[in-house]
Amino acid sequence: MKRYSAFAVAREGLRYHSGWDRAWRAAAPKRHYDVIIVGAGGHGLATAYYLGKNFGITNVAVIEKGWLGGGNTGRNTTIIRSNYLQDPSAAIYEKARSLYEGLSQDFNYNVMFSPRGVIMLAQTEHEVRGYKRTAHANALQGVATEWIEPARVKELVPIINLDGPRYPVLGGLWQERGGTARHDAVAWGYARACSDMGMDIIQQCEVTGVRTENGRVIGVETTKGAIDCDKLGMVVAGNCSVLSQMAGFRLPVESVALQALVSEPIKPCMDVVVMANTVHGYMSQSDKGEMVIGGGTDGYNNYTQRGSFHHIEETVRALVETFPMVSRLKMLRQWGGIVDVTGDRSPLISKTPVQNCFVNAGWGTGGFKAIPGSGWAMAELMATGHSPLAEAFSMTRFKEGRFIDESVAAGVAH
Amino acid sequence: MLILECPYCGVHAEETELQAGGEAHLKRFGPGSSDEAFHDYLFLRENPRGVHLERWRHVNGCGKWFHAARCTQTLEVFGTYRAQTSAPPQDIRDKITAKRPGWTWREFEG
Repeated sequence: MKRYSAFAVAREGLRYHSGWDRAWRAAAPKRHYDVIIVGAGGHGLATAYYLGKNFGITNVAVIEKGWLGGGNTGRNTTIIRSNYLQDPSAAIYEKARSLYEGLSQDFNYNVMFSPRGVIMLAQTEHEVRGYKRTAHANALQGVATEWIEPARVKELVPIINLDGPRYPVLGGLWQERGGTARHDAVAWGYARACSDMGMDIIQQCEVTGVRTENGRVIGVETTKGAIDCDKLGMVVAGNCSVLSQMAGFRLPVESVALQALVSEPIKPCMDVVVMANTVHGYMSQSDKGEMVIGGGTDGYNNYTQRGSFHHIEETVRALVETFPMVSRLKMLRQWGGIVDVTGDRSPLISKTPVQNCFVNAGWGTGGFKAIPGSGWAMAELMATGHSPLAEAFSMTRFKEGRFIDESVAAGVAH
Repeated sequence: MLILECPYCGVHAEETELQAGGEAHLKRFGPGSSDEAFHDYLFLRENPRGVHLERWRHVNGCGKWFHAARCTQTLEVFGTYRAQTSAPPQDIRDKITAKRPGWTWREFEG
């Protein structure tokens, strides 16, 4: 693999950019791999990457039914933060955030990580108390966050309206080291690095069956033929129930649509990420100048990657009060992704009832920020059978009553 | 936008008038049942890509609970039926079978 550098850009500039390689190889499936990861989104590719990087396992295939990074990895609002209340969440999201800081150097690929700061607005008395509590919890967990008063919020976000009649801004939880990254580049960077380690990334190859023998996984059936493996990782977000059914077990998740939209590009007006959980809305400005807006999930099961318009309407209506200037913006695009939501709104990184078959799912509405940490923990679990970061996220936690209850702690936007 | 016909008041209600209530025909397990059954009842829900039976409430209307048969892959609605039943009635099953021959959902099939 040719390294990217300022020198390489200059060299290629002199020869009409004719010398660039493909970022990753188009691979045809082999008969057998040590590890097959189903799902070439951020979490799947990160799992493969850390299997290779941390454990030297490189006979790996990443199988994708669509195109690489075309699911939720390419559909989210790219927010990265780790200001969670519960210890296991704070640990894995903070691991992810800290890995994001060095990701571009790790890959030699610019993921455009921008630690511009994230504010979660408190717009009710309950949120004020909740976020103060989270700030204290974060101090104990070693996550740098602070409670800030409305005047400081206004300083950070000049376009905000502090005293709206319905949703006044009473303060906020500020994480200075949070921010955004370019979602596609995260997937592409991982893919390029995996391919460089000799892993096969096989796109447009749908898994149609999971083969097991004596309660142990031995391979998968795909639209490109049968492939054998020693270990299987299912990392397919919204479709995890469908895949787990093929292997003969059920997951405690439901799949629903989550939507986002972007406006026309405008001049820089907001250089932090603002989340307003009371009204299910969050907004940031992309490097192109578009205002990127995320909303709430639909209430019913859905696999169509499009959501209900009235949720967009509710989100925008609330944001117009908090950010009066957005009322004049035209929206350019709107889209949906299918998120897999668990009962406690925390993910599953877990062994399964089928031996050597592992699952990484249930990230619900907040998976992008976790990609490096999730891949790190999943790789450790798959390689060694045990991961301290993943331990609390086992799918047996529901039976044991050990919920990681972020549905109460983090609210909805997550 | 999803539109369901309320089987009680006959209104064709769009989804802002309705509230989704999750999986239909749940069997409840409580004290005295096995851990396994209790866990499944509390945490495991049908999450099919395809035919799905679920509960809805006509919350901004007559206020009554009813059932809907719907496809989660296409958002097609096969029909709605009253809540006072523990299984989808035959006419609803026939409507699903007409569009999705060979369908199954939990213990039910066409």
